[in-house]
Amino acid sequence: MKNKNSQGAQESPSRCPDNSAFKQQKLPAWKPKLTAPTVFSSFFTIGVFCLIMGICLILYARSVKEIQINYSDICLNCSKLRENSSNWDKECNCSVHFTLQENMLGDVFMYYRLQNFYQNHRRYVLSRSDAQLLGQDVNIQNSNCAPFATYPNGTSMAPCGAIANSMFNDSIQLFYYLNSSTAIEIPLLKSGNSWFSDKNVKFRNPTSYNLSSAFAGTTRPPYWQKPAYLLDEEDERNNGYINDDFIIWMRVSAFPTFRNLYRRLSHTNQFADGLPAGNYTFHITYNFPVTKFKGKKQLVLSTITWSGGSNLFLGIAYTVSGAVIVLAGFIITAIHLKLRKKTTYFQS
Amino acid sequence: MELCAKKHPPEEERRVKANAREYNEKFQYASNCIQTSKYNIITFLPVNLFEQFQEVANTYFLFLLILQLIPQISSLSWFTTIVPLVLVLTITAVKDATDDYFRHKSDNQVNNRQSQVLINGTLQQEQWMNVRVGDIIKLENNHFVAADLLLLSSSEPHGLCYIETAELDGETNMKVRQGIPVTSELGDISKLAQFDGEVICEPPNNKLDKFSGTLYWKENKYQLSNQNMLLRGCMLRNTEWCFGLVVFAGPDTKLMQNSGRTKFKRTSIDRLMNTLVLWIFGFLVCMGVILAIGNAIWEHEVGACFQIYLPWDVAVDSAFFSGFLSFWSYIIILNTVVPISLYVSVEVIRLGHSYFINWDKKMFCAQRQTPAEARTTTLNEELGQVEYIFSDKTGTLTQNIMIFSKCSIDGRSYGDVLDVLGHKAELGERTEPVDFSFNPLADPRFRFWDASLLQAVQLGNPHVHEFFRLLSLCHTVMSEERSEGELYYKAQSPDEGALVTAARNFSFVFRSRTPKTITVQELGRAVTYQLLAILDFNNVRKRMSVIVRRPEGRIRLYCKGADTILLERLRPAHHELLNVTTDHLNEYAGEGLRTLVLAYKDLEDGYYEEWAEQLLRASTPSEGREDRLARLYEEVERDMTLLGATAIEDKLQQGVPETIAILTLANIKIWVLTGDKQETAVNIGYSCKMLTDDMTEVFIVTGHTVLEVREELRKAREKMMDSSRSMGNGFSCQEKLASSSSASRLTSVLEAIAGEYALVINGHSLAHALEADMELEFLETACACKAVICCRVTPLQKAQVVELVKKHKKAVTLAIGDGANDVSMIKTAHIGVGISGQEGIQAVLASDYSFSQFKFLQRLLLVHGRWSYLRMCKFLCYFFYKNFAFTMVHFWFGFFCGFSAQTVYDQYFITLYNIVYTSLPVLAMGVFDQDVTEQRSMEYPKLYEPGQLNLLFNKREFFICIAQGIYTSVLMFFIPYGVFADATRDDGAQLADYQSFAVTVATSLVIVVSVQIGLDTGFWTAINHFFIWGSLAVYFAILFAMHSDGLFQMFPNQFRFVGNAQNTLAQPTVWLTITLTTVVCIMPVVAFRFLKLDLKPELSDTVRYTQLVRKKQRTQHRCMRRVGRSGSRRSGYAFSHQEGFGELIMSGKNMRLSSLALSSFAARSSSSWIETLRKKKGGDSTASSPSGGADKPLKV
Repeated sequence: MKNKNSQGAQESPSRCPDNSAFKQQKLPAWKPKLTAPTVFSSFFTIGVFCLIMGICLILYARSVKEIQINYSDICLNCSKLRENSSNWDKECNCSVHFTLQENMLGDVFMYYRLQNFYQNHRRYVLSRSDAQLLGQDVNIQNSNCAPFATYPNGTSMAPCGAIANSMFNDSIQLFYYLNSSTAIEIPLLKSGNSWFSDKNVKFRNPTSYNLSSAFAGTTRPPYWQKPAYLLDEEDERNNGYINDDFIIWMRVSAFPTFRNLYRRLSHTNQFADGLPAGNYTFHITYNFPVTKFKGKKQLVLSTITWSGGSNLFLGIAYTVSGAVIVLAGFIITAIHLKLRKKTTYFQS
Repeated sequence: MELCAKKHPPEEERRVKANAREYNEKFQYASNCIQTSKYNIITFLPVNLFEQFQEVANTYFLFLLILQLIPQISSLSWFTTIVPLVLVLTITAVKDATDDYFRHKSDNQVNNRQSQVLINGTLQQEQWMNVRVGDIIKLENNHFVAADLLLLSSSEPHGLCYIETAELDGETNMKVRQGIPVTSELGDISKLAQFDGEVICEPPNNKLDKFSGTLYWKENKYQLSNQNMLLRGCMLRNTEWCFGLVVFAGPDTKLMQNSGRTKFKRTSIDRLMNTLVLWIFGFLVCMGVILAIGNAIWEHEVGACFQIYLPWDVAVDSAFFSGFLSFWSYIIILNTVVPISLYVSVEVIRLGHSYFINWDKKMFCAQRQTPAEARTTTLNEELGQVEYIFSDKTGTLTQNIMIFSKCSIDGRSYGDVLDVLGHKAELGERTEPVDFSFNPLADPRFRFWDASLLQAVQLGNPHVHEFFRLLSLCHTVMSEERSEGELYYKAQSPDEGALVTAARNFSFVFRSRTPKTITVQELGRAVTYQLLAILDFNNVRKRMSVIVRRPEGRIRLYCKGADTILLERLRPAHHELLNVTTDHLNEYAGEGLRTLVLAYKDLEDGYYEEWAEQLLRASTPSEGREDRLARLYEEVERDMTLLGATAIEDKLQQGVPETIAILTLANIKIWVLTGDKQETAVNIGYSCKMLTDDMTEVFIVTGHTVLEVREELRKAREKMMDSSRSMGNGFSCQEKLASSSSASRLTSVLEAIAGEYALVINGHSLAHALEADMELEFLETACACKAVICCRVTPLQKAQVVELVKKHKKAVTLAIGDGANDVSMIKTAHIGVGISGQEGIQAVLASDYSFSQFKFLQRLLLVHGRWSYLRMCKFLCYFFYKNFAFTMVHFWFGFFCGFSAQTVYDQYFITLYNIVYTSLPVLAMGVFDQDVTEQRSMEYPKLYEPGQLNLLFNKREFFICIAQGIYTSVLMFFIPYGVFADATRDDGAQLADYQSFAVTVATSLVIVVSVQIGLDTGFWTAINHFFIWGSLAVYFAILFAMHSDGLFQMFPNQFRFVGNAQNTLAQPTVWLTITLTTVVCIMPVVAFRFLKLDLKPELSDTVRYTQLVRKKQRTQHRCMRRVGRSGSRRSGYAFSHQEGFGELIMSGKNMRLSSLALSSFAARSSSSWIETLRKKKGGDSTASSPSGGADKPLKV
């Protein structure tokens, strides 16, 4: 290269640009083309794939057993009572009966479902201190927790913030009627419901010789009935910030209607395979007011498959798109064939 | 440097005293230092930042940044804006700094040129910038004039000095300047040092051809005129040295005054982009308002009740105020529809394209060692939209080299290259030029290809001898013989130089002249002819003659001139010879050669004596001298005998006709704007195939008055109309006259005209045509013509013509030129191109692109311009698409989150989306994409049309992109929404938590836009692969890093998404959602693209997808080159000559002679030739030259 150009000017370097493929814009390149065969084949393959996928998803989704009970309507008395915040310390219990027509086999999950609860509101989402929840001693005054950061007297809230303050605090028990008169409480698991990373990384209790001293100097959030270190007195590994119910609540939902996992069925005794068909009752200690903001509370029992719970939307969406794509494949093939004469030279 | 920047109040008059620095200093005239740079080290940061924040976009982003600092409305962290903003500001600042550095360098280079200044009685070397007003400086031959000088004295007699003003006005012939007589005696330094004259003159202005002032010296007043001035930018020629007094320096010089402020050029895409960005802002505000209203309603209906869990902020007391705050919050999160990275990406792409231009080997001129250079990096895509090219002639289309190419002697044509069989052949590599080594006086650079002419000379053909004798005698060239046999010709016109040089090589060597004799070395034998008279050239006569007495005593008149004139003045005999010669002339003219006819006439002694007597009487300066002289000349130049004809090639730059042909095929209209004469310009028009004999008609407008010009233009239009009507276009005369009020309609009518027309317009007519009331008429007429040539135009007129087209045609214009006279048009046009590698650099400095050959224009436009446009359009389409897809998701989400301005994505994703995840693939496409190869874009000039018609990115395309973006955003939000709303994970936990949703949407967005860029990229180089796959990889890498435990433990409040990526992306449902979203977003696009391609393919698609046989086009191309013009009947006469030199020679003023010899002529040449010169020049410039009226349309 250099030799060629340096005939005239040996001393001064040639100003001639390099003859590299990059500089001359001659890099080897793949030039994909939208040719008829590739387009048609992609349409048909993708369409068929979507169809099959959709049908599978629908079939699986339909195999899921699920029952939903709206208890904020059924427990109307309690709802009314809770609307007035001055009654916060009055206990209100409510029972909801229901019947399972079929067995729910396999893992059975119990969810509470809230409607019209805006966990995704910007100020709500921000209103937490992850450092505090990590057990660090932070000045929550500077965090986003306001107005649920400190009491007027200066004691800080633990945990702080609107999310923690509004934690779902109904307690629900499930009873199974062995016969019309004897009901046994169904054993439910309250831990192991949250993400491993949340339980082990994101949430840590403050360290001290015991939990209550770790929370010394702080108080419970205003709407809580008991402080954080009493959330689960039975299980040390499920208490304070690492309480599963708390962790799950703190994982805010994307939409105003959502379900959070509350309990899992413990496969013991007659429930080893799941819930048998029969009569059941939820015993609810009703604490969480929703009617004031036109919210609703539901309880959900559900089994799951590999694609999660009852999720018909995905299956239907796949089926419909698959069908449309195959149809579109036929239409463009038809258009192509019909008008091909005009563009014969266009074939490659 | 600081001195340069000083500002002064406008001057009323200028007083300059020679050799008196103190005296002159009190006026504080500008120094000779020029400054084009903008910053220095201290001012750079503040000034540059100030300039950058004048950009609306930057200010807007600053405003956003401030908004984000208000906690109540800050929906995003401040760093989402500040990171890109700082990035953009830094990149721009670095670019500006580099640009300015080069300006500093070039300023320094000019300012540090050396000149010799007379200080305290001695000549001292000084830098240009230290030259002051009032200094006397010495210039040497071939040096640039450092400032505007009053010429005092020179090495030549009478204080004459020759200058070349090509830099200033583009005229290439040499000009004479003379010092006023009193100062021309100040030859030596001691006298000059005592010179203390004072000049009082006009203040600095930009009129190149006017100067008025007075010199006061020794209690005498001397009038000064432009004839005494040497202007900065001129070059001293043929003069050993001269002294001048600096009158104007630096920025006050006429050159600098003429080079107006550099206007900041914007491309049409820029303007469109700004409009669109404004629209988008409007759209943004609309969305903000909708969402704010939504927020107010929501807060009123739901939020107010929800206060138990989420009380309003302290400052918020009503739903309405909350809505107001939410408006600003949404403005912040939706601002990504116009991301700040748009501007910086556009700049980066343009910079990339500029580098490709700089690197292009095919635009590198090996002879001059100059690569092409994109001096402005912001105009590239406009190169793909050019509709009008305005070209200078001299130095741009032509090389300004005249070559004696052919001649016809006694009915035989010489000069064709013949092959063995005697057929005309193309000039090949192997053809050997004629060997002139036998002639010691021959000019080694002269080339001639036809040996038969030399044989004819050597065989003693008397006609041939007489032919060359004429060439060696009849001219106004001066010779200089520095040493024996080393001849230098000082030719005032390059044509004459070529002719005399030809004669010299064919052994008729013009050796020397005195005012009364000419010595010619004829075939080795020195012959001295007595020069009796020079019948000078002028524009009306179009011929010049000399009357010489041959050594044997016979008096003979030799004449050369335009065929149209001379052929009428021949003896009526020899019809056959006349016919043959005429045929030859036509042939030469058809080839675009400049022809002259040569003739002679023997004069009787008695007749001559009588005539000379009359001449002497007539030449006494008085009223009507011109006419009397003309009549006498007319009388003697009659009944001449035809000798032959010469054909001079005004050598075109390489590949000019081909380039013009291809550009014309690409639907680009080329206008030639030249300061040269009409004949020359027309001639070049033919030789570069702009004008062809196939043209229906060439209109020539030479009117001197408004009415004449209007009439001529009207006639031209009518003719075009008539013919188009007769061709069946069916526009009635009434119709077009009625519509003449609405210019646009008439233009469209005119544009539909059949047949090819060309328009040639003269400078003085153009002056009228450009007046406000006629400019539209002119424009209509000109635009209906295929080729337009404007000759004798001033630099200002060039700019006006460009401005006219720019203003009314809304088309992209490109001006190309090489000289300082083209600067104004280069600056005016959308794109200015300078021809570099020549001596002058003014044009290059003012230009946006520079290269050294006109033919590179073809590659610049058809390859680089086209690609740039394509890439930029594709880039913009994709960019708007991807940002709408990205941002509009927030809008839909607003309906589900209480219009609270909650973002869908993690704030880091928002920060990085535009600058990391999606920037590089689209940049790679914007820099490297090619739809068709470069060869194809040259082969199919039609591929250039989409750019001119603005098809690839316009408002419609923009809306399509936006629609696609919104469509994508809808699917991007609602498919995951549908899936997530009630779904659970495969371990039973909730799926629809906010963070998982954010990760899912973000991931599917990144995948969809990556697939889309994959579809858009038509040219996957390794870099594209790397960027596209790399972006995806980087996305996942950053995602997992951001969601990692380590970062969270360090900054728990910042990296809240800990563990999210692993948990969410492990879900099959999530991947099914992403897949479905991708398929549904992409497949319709594929379908539409395919159908468009299938049913309505663009030419580029066709070219890309098929291998068309191109034989047809090739042959067409070749035909075009070879078309013979046997039928041509137009004159090939063109001669760049200025009158007045004959008189100058006869007066002997320009010859170095002994005082004795000189005195003997003094009596004779009483008439002041300088006066004549000045009058002629004045006549030209005031447009009163009578030559114009006599011109007929070229084609009869």
